[in-house]
Amino acid sequence: MNHLSTKIKIDLENFTLNAELDIPIHGFMVMFGRSGSGKTTFLRCLSGLERAPYGYLKIGNEIWQDESQGIFIPASERQVGYVFQDSRLFPHLNVEGNLRYGFKRRVLKNGERFFSQVIDIMDLNFLLNRYPNKLSGGEKKRVAVARAVLASPRLLLMDEPLVGLDSKLKNKILPYFQRMQSELNIPVFYVTHSLNESLQLANTMLLMDKGEIVVTGSIEDVFLSPDLGLHLGQALVGSVLDTTVARQDEEFQLTILKFKEQTLYVPRRNVALGSKLRIHIRAEDVTLAIAPIQSQTSVLNVLPAWVVTTRTSSKDNCKVEVELDIGSPLLAAITRKSLSQLNIKSGQKVYAHIKAIRMAHEYD
Amino acid sequence: MAISNYDFQPIFLTLQLAGVTVLVLLIIGIPISWWLAHTKNRFRPVFEAVVALPLVLPPTVLGFYLLILLGPDGWIGKPVESLSGSSLSFSFTGLVIASSFYSLPFVVQPLYTTFEAIGKDPLEAAWTLGASKWDTFWTVASPMALRGYITAIVLGFAHTLGEFGVVLMVGGSIPGKTKVLSIEIYDRVETLDYSHAHSLSAGLLLFSFFVLLSVYSINRRLPIRVS
Repeated sequence: MNHLSTKIKIDLENFTLNAELDIPIHGFMVMFGRSGSGKTTFLRCLSGLERAPYGYLKIGNEIWQDESQGIFIPASERQVGYVFQDSRLFPHLNVEGNLRYGFKRRVLKNGERFFSQVIDIMDLNFLLNRYPNKLSGGEKKRVAVARAVLASPRLLLMDEPLVGLDSKLKNKILPYFQRMQSELNIPVFYVTHSLNESLQLANTMLLMDKGEIVVTGSIEDVFLSPDLGLHLGQALVGSVLDTTVARQDEEFQLTILKFKEQTLYVPRRNVALGSKLRIHIRAEDVTLAIAPIQSQTSVLNVLPAWVVTTRTSSKDNCKVEVELDIGSPLLAAITRKSLSQLNIKSGQKVYAHIKAIRMAHEYD
Repeated sequence: MAISNYDFQPIFLTLQLAGVTVLVLLIIGIPISWWLAHTKNRFRPVFEAVVALPLVLPPTVLGFYLLILLGPDGWIGKPVESLSGSSLSFSFTGLVIASSFYSLPFVVQPLYTTFEAIGKDPLEAAWTLGASKWDTFWTVASPMALRGYITAIVLGFAHTLGEFGVVLMVGGSIPGKTKVLSIEIYDRVETLDYSHAHSLSAGLLLFSFFVLLSVYSINRRLPIRVS
């Protein structure tokens, strides 16, 4: 039973990290927030590299820290893997030496099979004899992840592992991370302030702001939540949808995505048919119409939708956010005046005009 | 030949003293350097200053205090003498103690700078991979600090070879016991035996040069750099 329960309080230079979390751990749990919001310190507390004076941490039924009873398991005795921003490979060992460092200290059954499995996933077969100073930036990251994974952690902590890489390289490495997670089924806490990485990886999202975990939930729920706007800016609030690539339209250079029973058009992307593509539709990019006026608009993506609720915008007095149902929730930001003129009510059928669809790679 | 016997004794004694001193200094210098590199103690500058003192003090001043300390009425000398029955001053053991003080900064400084340059980052990585602190010291910190170790050993050794003032104060010049090379050279010069003084001096000069040369060449070739 994989469950994490923690309560951490530690004074930092400018603020206090005061984080509480009680969640099942699985998949990618992305901790998103501005730099300096306490994400790294939180990871360090989970790993045991930092000891919070007031701390409680329980994983499954193992207690790793309980200051009220003076319990603190040091990092070397916790089954955690840590991938640092700066990789921190050992310069005096070659890649294989680095990979085996943690591996041989936590002996496993079927060890060698696991070892070659991880090397295959991370595609490191041809790098084993190289020294870290002869590796490219992307290779270092892959070795660092493999090294951490090979120490057979119950929980993998990744602290902005792709920071400093350009987005092209990022998009090449991210699939390795996804394969690693899904094939080995290790729960990962992934710290980032990149929307691209969050959108590509996250199953669960944790928003961090000024030392507190302000929102936790599935990535879809977190992006719908007004709290996202409150803490990270209104512009991001919207819907996250997992679509499937259905068709490529060569004539108009479009890629056609399927989402439930709906069809969406995006600029042509070089992706395999049937592959999954996660898209982000900002509330501000969705407008509403009462009648199906598809023939009278240049907007390509018009979807029938049912109004669920409306809520006032947290920032803008003149606006409201309308939650729609298109098989999944879709958010539209419209003016209060339009709401009253169109006389929009819960349960009503409307047409959502989607002006822009963003894919993860379009963000940094 | 009797004459060559007499000639080689100070050389062997000097090498022996330097060797033992370096060994002692590694045993006490490594923990001191490690502590200095990683402590957050606010009195760290005080300890740094104390360790560096032998660099700036005239050897006679150091020798004078050591003589008092190691002498029959000294804080160290008295209990040792009552336990072992022999005096520390004017003995080889006394010389080793004195040289250890004298050469301490030459061993501690390079180690301390290297440990500090390595920093905590690689150690943390090792800890999260299941290595204990002791394990990490031997399998990560020490191999990464190889250059520092070599520099410390060589500087400590070479510096002890050349000491004069402290030895003179604490050890005197008892042949075969405390009469080291530098003292022998001094004695030869005093008795105007320049040819012997010459061969010993030139020998020491060349030896020191080649030791340093080999160290710097080895260090250049070591693949490990703190990155």
